[in-house]
Amino acid sequence: MDDVFDITLTVNGRRVSRRVPVRQHLTDFLREELGLTSCHVGCEHGVCGACTVRVDGAATRGCLTLAVQADGAVVETLEGLSESGEIVDLQAAFVDRNALQCGYCTPGMLITAAEMLDAKQPMSRADIRTFLSGNYCRCTGYQAIVDAVETTLTARLAEQEPSA
Amino acid sequence: MKFPAFKYLRPSSVAEAAAQLAEHGDDARLLAGGQTLMPVLAMRLAEPEVLIDLGRIENLRGIALEDDALRLGAMTRYVDLERSALVAEHAPLITRALPYVAHVAIRNRGTIGGSVALADPAAEMPACMLALGAEIELTSTEGNRWIAAEDYFLGLYETAREDTEILTAIRIPLAPERRVGFYEVARRHGDYALAGAAAVGDVEDGRIQGLRVAMFGCDDLPVLAKTAAKAAETGVLDGAWLEADVSPTSNINGEAHIRLAQARVAFRRAVTDLLGVSNG
Ligand SMILES: Cc1cc2nc3c(=O)[nH]c(=O)nc-3n(C[C@H](O)[C@H](O)[C@H](O)COP(=O)(O)OP(=O)(O)OC[C@H]3O[C@@H](n4cnc5c(N)ncnc54)[C@H](O)[C@@H]3O)c2cc1C
Ligand code: FES
Ligand code: FES
Repeated sequence: MDDVFDITLTVNGRRVSRRVPVRQHLTDFLREELGLTSCHVGCEHGVCGACTVRVDGAATRGCLTLAVQADGAVVETLEGLSESGEIVDLQAAFVDRNALQCGYCTPGMLITAAEMLDAKQPMSRADIRTFLSGNYCRCTGYQAIVDAVETTLTARLAEQEPSA
Repeated sequence: MKFPAFKYLRPSSVAEAAAQLAEHGDDARLLAGGQTLMPVLAMRLAEPEVLIDLGRIENLRGIALEDDALRLGAMTRYVDLERSALVAEHAPLITRALPYVAHVAIRNRGTIGGSVALADPAAEMPACMLALGAEIELTSTEGNRWIAAEDYFLGLYETAREDTEILTAIRIPLAPERRVGFYEVARRHGDYALAGAAAVGDVEDGRIQGLRVAMFGCDDLPVLAKTAAKAAETGVLDGAWLEADVSPTSNINGEAHIRLAQARVAFRRAVTDLLGVSNG
């Protein structure tokens, strides 16, 4: 029988307590216990980035994190980021630029890109590609994704420092 | 690919973790960032009975400046090191090498102790430890001991750490004049290196002194290229002597002569990086 553990964490602003099997990873916990299906299951061994969520403010592989390790943590999924409106501009740019086709990689891509945008640093296209290098997309060829992220970054930087 | 069943322990002190490790021995694995251990479990390459999670031991995480060294707690995450002003000032080689380690999300969880404990031959941090002449602290129920990086890495994923020991800290001796250089050959950003070099040394009147270059991705373990470094001090920067130090064999990444050529490129570029001249 599976060993279990009681955990309490905050998910998208809501406190949740559950008894989880200790070998359950965070992605399965979010999807199966909480119905948060934006956290995707891709490779399940850390390579593709489809399972990226935020744990205590940092982009994290859900498939490489045990649910028990998230005990006491603040977890955010794309459902949470969408609701808060934090990345409406980035999401609009993705739609504008057609930066998704099947959409499987998109939640992870957005969460990783959001971390980059938060740093509020000018970045070249090559820098953006490097930052997103842990998130695979099998459809778009990345060009449109980089376009969308670049557009959003440029707009945010301009907003921050209105040009003289 | 679900993880096999295991028992989960969450100690709150090093002493408690050491006692648990002593009790379970080889049936247990320590869980640090999990960025290698969890894929290993997912692929069922290991099925430990017990996981001992080091994540709640507060004093294992942190960066501190001591009299003659910079001290890094084993559970300090890559991201903490990357953003640390202390590391940038006193161990800039680490700051320079970190962007090459995996990807953002993995650096947000992976730890310096996990990387040095794992001792992947193509990993960046073990090579940096070797180049910097770091000391590694190992702790068990019997007490603790310090071991030099040069005596610590023994072979393919093999180190001087006993099954009952926890890697608890790393000390990097301070050397204010030291310059650093780094280069790695990889197929894509974030991949493990095909060949890489981490260099430290002093430069006076354009001449390098006290050069230490740790090569990674070349042999079964990170290796100090002593012969090539001596040659570089006399002005031979192209790694012509590297064959005396590393012996890459033909493998999935390429034939031996190609891998040696890649090692030479990494050596030359790391040393020119240290000299501050452009990387031809
Ligand atoms: C897609 C991907 C790409 C990657 N690319 C790179 C790369 O380019 N370069 C690179 O260096 N790494 C890479 N990694 C690996 C990553 O750096 C790991 O984080 C690191 O190797 C292990 O650190 P960890 O803290 O995650 O350790 P864990 O995975 O938790 O542990 C690794 C091993 O070390 C043992 N261990 C951990 N901590 C201790 C300790 N304090 N004392 C004793 N034993 C301990 C564990 O029991 C386990 O056997 C990659 C990983 C992934 C998933
Ligand atoms: S599903 Fe987690 S990285 Fe692929
Ligand atoms: S849109 Fe299909 S994987 Fe990226």
